[in-house]
Amino acid sequence: MKAKIHITLKSGILDPQGKAIEHALETLGFKSASNVRMGKYVELDLKETTKDRADAEVKAMCEKLLANTIIEEYRYELAG
Amino acid sequence: MNFGVIVFPGSNCDHDCIHVISSVLGQKATPVWHKETSLTGLDAVILPGGFSYGDYLRTGAIARFSPVMGAVKTFASEGGMVLGICNGFQILLEAGLLPGAMLRNRSLSFICKDVHIKVENAATPFTGHCESGQVLKIPIAHADGNYYTDPVTLAALQANAQIIFRYCTPEGKVTLEANPNGSLDNIAGIRNAEGNVLGMMPHPERCAEDVLGNDAGRLIFLSMLDALKKAMLKTATV
Repeated sequence: MKAKIHITLKSGILDPQGKAIEHALETLGFKSASNVRMGKYVELDLKETTKDRADAEVKAMCEKLLANTIIEEYRYELAG
Repeated sequence: MNFGVIVFPGSNCDHDCIHVISSVLGQKATPVWHKETSLTGLDAVILPGGFSYGDYLRTGAIARFSPVMGAVKTFASEGGMVLGICNGFQILLEAGLLPGAMLRNRSLSFICKDVHIKVENAATPFTGHCESGQVLKIPIAHADGNYYTDPVTLAALQANAQIIFRYCTPEGKVTLEANPNGSLDNIAGIRNAEGNVLGMMPHPERCAEDVLGNDAGRLIFLSMLDALKKAMLKTATV
């Protein structure tokens, strides 16, 4: 089973990288882009084949290491 | 006194700390490899600056799971003095030994320069040699020093005098312009509620002797040494 994990700064927390990207997009003429949020993407294979257990395992990984829940939020998809 | 300096893969200020402890303070400095699981015989512990584990994932995120961190947690919970400098501060945050987290600098740049910090609380084991309100010039060198915490925790830090250093002007004014990285409330250093764990972004070990043209950082190490001696005296007289 494959997990695709997205980690971003919580809404409301200033994202300096997102802001810089937004300014760059604006400079390039992409005027319609706003609220750019920069994040991390982690992909991993799981030995676990039961969806419920895989879900619990990935959630624990996110809480313990992959995201810092003081500043970040995460979401993931399980497939395969 | 015996100061342990934790060495993580990627630490790069460990030898600066060891030099200050041994050559400037005349005390014993013991390098402690991150795979150690015991801190027996140490009087204080320093987590030095650097780029532990290449700053992968987040600064300090992987180092906090190094075997030695279990021992550091025990050492701190038993009242041992722990000082985290720069990456050491980031590791203490990730480990939950101090509250909050670090965000990327507001400017997105790695900033390496002298800054001024105001001693907000001189009644701590780390600042006993300082005056309250004293301005210290100490260099910073980081990309992630933009301290963040939730409003409730910030209020608690303020109420309990846990904010030890704030970025300020050379005259000691805490202003937006004097804030190099966007840190919440100009925070440059905080301690835990118990008072025995301090994290600070500036590098006192880089300015602790006259020959470097600045010895402001020595005050932090002298304060720690004094606090340890006093604690020992107290134990001896009990």
